Formats: sequence, C-alpha cells, structure tokens
Amino acid sequence: MGTVSLFKAETRRLAKRRFSRYFVLGAVLVLVAVAIGMFVSNEKPTPAVIAQAQAEADRYFQEQTGYAAEEKKRCESLTPEQMKQQYGEGFTCDQLGQLQREDVQIQDFMPSQFDFRENFPGMVTTLAAILAMVAFVVGASFIGAEWNSGGMMNLLLWRPRRLQVLSTKLAALVVSLIGLTVTLSAVWTGLFWVIATMRGTTAKMTSGAWQSIGLLELRGMVLVLAAGMIGFGLASIGRHTAMALGAAIGVIVVFQFGLAVVLQVARVRFAEAYLLPFWGIAWLEKEWEVLDYNAPCDFSAVNGCEPPSMVITWQMAGIAMLAVVGLVTMAAMWTMRKRDIT
Amino acid sequence: MTAVLEISGLQKTYRSRKGARKALDGFDMVVEAGQVHGFLGPNGSGKTTTLRTLLGLIKPNGGRMTILGREVPQHLPEVAGLVGAIVESPQFFGNFTARETLSLLADAGGVDQRRVDAVLEVVGLRERAAERVKTYSLGMKQRLAVASALLKEPKFLILDEPANGLDPGGIREMRTLMRTLSDSGMTVLLSSHILAEIQLICDSVTIIAAGRRVAAGSVAEVLAEHRSTKVKVRLEPGVDMFGAAQALRAAGAEVTLEQDHFIVGNASRPAQITRLLAGHQIFVSELTPVTVDLESVFLQLTGTAPVEGANRQVDDVAATAGNGWGQ
Repeated sequence: MGTVSLFKAETRRLAKRRFSRYFVLGAVLVLVAVAIGMFVSNEKPTPAVIAQAQAEADRYFQEQTGYAAEEKKRCESLTPEQMKQQYGEGFTCDQLGQLQREDVQIQDFMPSQFDFRENFPGMVTTLAAILAMVAFVVGASFIGAEWNSGGMMNLLLWRPRRLQVLSTKLAALVVSLIGLTVTLSAVWTGLFWVIATMRGTTAKMTSGAWQSIGLLELRGMVLVLAAGMIGFGLASIGRHTAMALGAAIGVIVVFQFGLAVVLQVARVRFAEAYLLPFWGIAWLEKEWEVLDYNAPCDFSAVNGCEPPSMVITWQMAGIAMLAVVGLVTMAAMWTMRKRDIT
Repeated sequence: MTAVLEISGLQKTYRSRKGARKALDGFDMVVEAGQVHGFLGPNGSGKTTTLRTLLGLIKPNGGRMTILGREVPQHLPEVAGLVGAIVESPQFFGNFTARETLSLLADAGGVDQRRVDAVLEVVGLRERAAERVKTYSLGMKQRLAVASALLKEPKFLILDEPANGLDPGGIREMRTLMRTLSDSGMTVLLSSHILAEIQLICDSVTIIAAGRRVAAGSVAEVLAEHRSTKVKVRLEPGVDMFGAAQALRAAGAEVTLEQDHFIVGNASRPAQITRLLAGHQIFVSELTPVTVDLESVFLQLTGTAPVEGANRQVDDVAATAGNGWGQ
C-alpha cells in the first residue's frame, strides 16, 4: 500500500512537471517533422507516375542514342592520324559505346517511394535515438530538480526509507518511459504504415519482417530505458540535474570527439570500437563491423587486400549497456544510503 | 508525564579536508507529551543538525534518540507517520501549486486527499492554493510548510523557525495555532530565535550552545535558575543618593549608581536595604527586583551577548553552563 501510493505520487509528479511535458512535446514535434518530410519526399508509383517515368526513360534513351550516332559520325569523319591521336592505336569507330534499351531502367526515373520493409527500420532507429535523448534529460531533471529544490528532503521526512524512495522514483521513471515509448512506437509504426500505403509500398511484410521490426523496437525501448536510468543515476549522485548533463557533455566532448582524434593520431587498432555511437548502432542494427585501416591488410586470392575487421554484436553492446546502467544505478543507491542530507 | 522525545549523548562530527568539527557534543534533550517545547541556540550551535539527525537525514556518530518511545533512526519509518516536520527554510518545487504540492505529499504518505483542503484552511492559504509556489512570499511558503507538516495529523510536530518571514499578524496566528495544536494533545518542538515568542508560547525549553545542552526545563524554572538578586532602589526626590549608597556599601552591598536611582547587586534580602536606610533617616520610594527574561538568560548562557567594539564570529559561542543540567 505504502509503496504503491508513493509510486502513484511519483508517477503523477513526473507527469505534472512542465519540463517533462515540454521536452516530450518537443520530441513529438521533431518526430512529426520527420514524418511530414518522409511523406512529402516520397510518392506512390501510380500508373500515371509509371507512365511519366517511362516517357522520361524513353526520352533519355532517344537522346543518348542520338548523341552516340553523332559521335560515330564524327569518328568516321576523322583521318587515321586524328583517330590515333584521339582514341589511341588500333581503335575503330565500331568500338564506340552504344546504349542498349535495357541499360535505361525505369526505376531511375521514378520518384522515391517509401518501402515499409526496406525503410521503416531506419525510422525506428530515429525514434529510439530521439527518445533516448529525451529519456536521459527527463530522467536527470526528475531527480536533479527534486534534490535541488529540497523536494527530496521533504519527501524523506514523509518516507524515511531512502533506498525505497529512490527505487520507487526510478521505477516511476522506467514505467513512464515504457508507457511513452510503447505508445509512440505504436503511433510511429501506424503513421509510417499509412505513409507507406499512400506514398510507397507495404509489400513483402511477412511475419518474419514484422517480428524483426518488433525486436528492433524492443531494442530501441531498452536503449531509451538505459539512457533514462543513466541520466537519473548521474543526477542523483551529483544531486543536481546539471551533474548528469555535464557528464553527458563531458562524455561527448572528451570521450567521443577528443578520443576519436587521439585514436586517429595514435593509429590505434580498431579505433571505432572505442566510440560509443558504434556500440549504439550495433545494439540497434544487430551488429557493426569495425574495419582496421591502421593494420596491414589481409590478402586473399579471391578478394585481394582487405583491412582486418571486428564485429560488435548486439549481445556485446547489450552487456556493455547493462554494465554501465548497473554501475551508475548502484553508485546512486550507495550515495543515497551513505551520504547525509544537508 | 511521558516523554515524546528523548535524546541522550548525541554526537555528530563533520569531517572535511580542513579537519573535523563537532556539531553535536553529547547533546541531551527531553520533550514531554502535550507540551510546546522551545529549542533555542545561536547560529551554528547544532539546532538544525539535531533536528536533521532526529529525522534521519543525518547519521549521528553516537548517542541515543527515541521518538514516541521508539528508537530512531532504526524505527523511524514506523513513527514517521506520526511526526510532522519542517526543517530550516521551507523548500518546495516552485512550479507546482500549493494544492498540487500537498496533494502529492498526501499521495506519497497515503493520507486522505481531503486533508489537503483542511490544512490549507488552517494555515490561511485556501484562496491562494491554486497559485504556483514560486509566486509565494517567504511567509506564505512558511505557511505551506506548516500545512505540509500538519497534513498527516501528527502527534509530534517539529517546526524549525516557523515564524521566519511572517508578518506580525502571521506571527500571532502562528502563536495561536501552536497553542491550539498543543491544547488538542499534540506535542510541538519549536526552534526559534524570537525569544519573546518562545517565552510566550512555550511550556518548556532546551538551550543548546556549541553542540551541548546548557539549560533545560520549564520556562519558569530556567528563568528562576538564573534569577537575578539585583534590586533597583529609588529614593524620594532631593534625598542624598550618594549618602545612601555609601551607607549600603559600608554594610557590604554592591551598589551601582544610575542617573536617578541605584542598583544593589547582591540583595538577596531586600528588606535589609529599607531597614538600613531607614536607620539613616533615608526613605525608599521604589524597591523593585530586577527581573530576567529568556533573552538575557540565553545571551548569558550562550555567551553571545554583543560586546561594544567587538565583532563576534559565528563560532564564538561559549557553553557557559558546562556544569549545569545534563552535563
């Protein structure tokens, strides 16, 4: 009963906060802009569109054939000396390229269409990345503002079980993020299904394809939750929202841009493996192949000289993410338990 | 009478790179049920540390504390529902309204939501309850803090400087509220610097200085403990004041001459003064004991009375009654 009422209060508190509302609203507006952009930049291959593309392809073929004929005529008018000078020894005008009809594909003249099976996974990644950023900032602010305003102390006067209070707050954040991510993912999927229906195709959506999208959305949600928990944990350790935001900026500046330059200069092997975004991509796209251009290449008779590669799998990325989340959460709990509240 | 709060030998040392500082040095306090108990001490004497330690916000280094008979902090969760508290300045999330703030606290504590309007009415914020807390004055925030402490209908109410920022009318309302709560059976621990207020509304007091208790008991007892033996003597106009002073000094009295009267410092038996002066045909027109108030006792016990030409530093506190109560 006690924990349930505290959970209810904390969920209400999170939903009532203007910062949370405005930040989520901002993210939704960005997502709407992305969806509108995709809608506008794609077009369904209607018979009229296909006919127009066919006409353009024909016109192109005619143009190119005309140019080729003119070129052949010009070639045949050259003296052997001029021929040798322009085309080289032993060249004959029959060797000039002649465009074949099958070389001109109608697809090259069609406006792009939104292929749900092909293009929607990229949209899921976009959704996950935006929501992960929202989760980090909202999570950090949720606990950071409480510490900063004295609300946390007030709450502890009512519920003097520190770990229970912090855990319940974290649970309220996680459950709210799950609710937000599931809702937006469902709306996102529906929205792009409509876009694909109106401006592209929903063909080849087998149960396997749906399962793959479902799993991708699930991995996206885990990424969102991890970002939220890390933001929450860092702000709780520092007892201020700025602590989490500072840490995030520090990680981006020092460990990404700075580290990338250092790794490049030091010609470190598999440099990309040290950079977080590639682990994120590996998590969402199931794997990421890191190529090592700083090492001697692997030679094979079939493929020639290829740089050595290392694959970051989604399992490896998942374990790394779990370790970071666990470490930050445990540190937040430990400081909550041990430190005086002054 | 049963004790609602008992503290004995409480110790807290803050450690930093600059060294260790003892905030509480074996502090003792007892608050009896149904009383309004004043908790006094100069800045930095350990009042807030005591309250925070009591409420589980700070871990003590030693000592024993019980609230409503239960040892804390071990059993604090069991009694927290019966203890309402505000510690130091009221702190709330500025973007929430007063009603939202109290409603969230009621949810967190499993308190009936109907209590929210009831306490808003008690502290006089009913009509301003829908406004954001950040628009409130300090006095209004203070009222909201008291409302939050009253929300769970506590048996024991701890208020740290509740009159801070209140206007004179608000201070009087707060005084009446304290008395009403006490009359309803609630025990109130009141920390304040307004000593005249404490003297007016408190049944008993504890005075702390340098982390130690320097006085405790009912207000009357503490005043009596430091009762003055000084007597103010005024003579008939035109009577020789110097001659009278000389006669008293000759009898061993410590006399300090003022403009139109004199003070006898060691007048444990004031009748002696009239008898002695009458013997010299000098007649007294006024003979009044010099009374002490809580403020003078406080300044004396804590050694914080201002000294002309000196700037007292916060840590310049003397626990002058080191051999007094509880030491």
